[in-house]
Amino acid sequence: MNRLSLKLFISGRSVRSDTALDNLHSALADHSPENIDLDVIDVLENPQAAEDDFILATPTLIKTAPLPVRRTIGDLSDRASLLRGLDLAGARNIEN
Amino acid sequence: MMSANPGKVTKLETGIQGFDAISNGGIPKGRTTLLAGTAGSSKTVFAVQFLSCGITLNDENCVFVTFEETPSDIRQNMLSFGWDIEQWESQGKWAFVDVSPRPEEVSILSGDFDLSALLARIEHAIKRVGASRVSIDSLGAIFSKFDDQHAVRSELLRISVALKKMGVTALITAERRYEYGDIARHGIEEFVADNVIILRNVLESESRRRTMEILKFRGTDHQKGEHPFSIVTDGGIVGVPLSTVELNHRSSHVRISSGTEKLDGMCGGGFFRDSIVLISGATGTGKTLMATSFIGGAAKDERALFFAFEESRNQLFRNAEGWGVDFAGMEADGRLKVVCVYPETTGLEEHLISMKRDIEEFKPTRIAVDSLSALERGSSTKGFREFVIGLTSFIKQQEIVGVFTSVTPSLMGGTSVTEAHISTITDTIILLRYVELFGEISRGIAVLKMRGSMHEREIREFIIDSSGMRVGNPFRNITGILSGNPQYHQTPESARLQEMFEDV
Repeated sequence: MNRLSLKLFISGRSVRSDTALDNLHSALADHSPENIDLDVIDVLENPQAAEDDFILATPTLIKTAPLPVRRTIGDLSDRASLLRGLDLAGARNIEN
Repeated sequence: MMSANPGKVTKLETGIQGFDAISNGGIPKGRTTLLAGTAGSSKTVFAVQFLSCGITLNDENCVFVTFEETPSDIRQNMLSFGWDIEQWESQGKWAFVDVSPRPEEVSILSGDFDLSALLARIEHAIKRVGASRVSIDSLGAIFSKFDDQHAVRSELLRISVALKKMGVTALITAERRYEYGDIARHGIEEFVADNVIILRNVLESESRRRTMEILKFRGTDHQKGEHPFSIVTDGGIVGVPLSTVELNHRSSHVRISSGTEKLDGMCGGGFFRDSIVLISGATGTGKTLMATSFIGGAAKDERALFFAFEESRNQLFRNAEGWGVDFAGMEADGRLKVVCVYPETTGLEEHLISMKRDIEEFKPTRIAVDSLSALERGSSTKGFREFVIGLTSFIKQQEIVGVFTSVTPSLMGGTSVTEAHISTITDTIILLRYVELFGEISRGIAVLKMRGSMHEREIREFIIDSSGMRVGNPFRNITGILSGNPQYHQTPESARLQEMFEDV
């Protein structure tokens, strides 16, 4: 399986940030952690990183690998959209 | 309840010529002002100019938040106005926050979000360059990025509060769908409602007319109504503030020659040095000739500027030569500048701005405009009136004599439309009229009005020959010249007068 590289931009340790993290972990529950690189970036602490990646809203999840790069905006509570953002929608369908 | 000075609103000069005048000093400092306009109403130019003036005039650093155009497009587009953003960036005076669309990356929406990242980036940029001016261009684009309009609106409110807390003066642009209607789309004015400026780009008489209007400035004063402006290269937005033009021109008693001795006599000794003279007459009555001899009458130490909107340079010089006025020689001596432009090449606002520039650069003491009627073609009544007021008030401040010509539509008698619009602004009106007598056409000249001076009331004969214009003797025993129906009376007037008082 390809390695999954993710960046999650959050703003502070807010409820919304935690919700996004929980939803992400839950969606990736089937994956072994060693195949996932997750970088959590707090825009309040590191605004330059938000600048470099052109982040507008928080939370924003960026999948940098495998290609294509996809962005998912929001607390990731819509599982179907999140899976599309991770390009895992198809895989899941086969599993079902 | 009221304190002596209840949190008085101070203003920050924008540096945009004309706008600072109508806003009585600039936009409210430390606050957020909404700049609304339809597509193509120059919102971005205004937003950039507000920042560039901060850098060049006040040494204030700036942040530009762009939602629509990419920074590289803005850098390139604004270079033509003389604003080198790239250089300011390298000097640490200007920072972009780039939120422009990135078509290569599609965003998927999943659940609730906020715009904390945007706010963090804006704050970061403001701190990085130490900015005191911020422009955000434009808000409409952010609404199209997200479906949840309510969330966006409340997030923008949070951003505008945060900007205020940081003490920066911010300009936020927003789209309007129609020139006259809702202030802006998406109900943006609900949260940045304190100060609203509207830019318009209205199609009027087949030409574009740009205006700016301050809709409201909470807690502080400003001029009301729409004020025309223009976009020029090497300068951006240049306003034409009319209501601030004050009638405080110094009145001079110094007279200068009209170029014709007899006419000087008719005017009580010549034109006043800071006056506007209108020459009105039908086609071929000698208006251009009169303007030419006025320019030719410039003394050795005077400079003259001729704006020709009807004839080409060659025609003008040839005619002047025929009338004994050496335009070429004057020009070679640096005493004359002739500007020949087709009126239709550009809008009246642009004409006014370039004419002002010519006047400022050349510093003439006499100006001729031939003719105002040509400029009036294809302009709206309001636009034309604003043009004339703008030009005349400018000329008067410079202590210049301005001679304007105006064409009357009918050969005999009548007044021109131009005249009706501007006669109250002019100090002197000279009429040139055809006079038909015994099957012959001759010309008549009369000084209709001369503010602050005695002038002749007679109508004199006006003769054009190879030496130019000559003013002859008064018409005797003729009435009705001005109305275009000359009547010849056999009996001399003196006799008629006597008859009137004779006992029957």
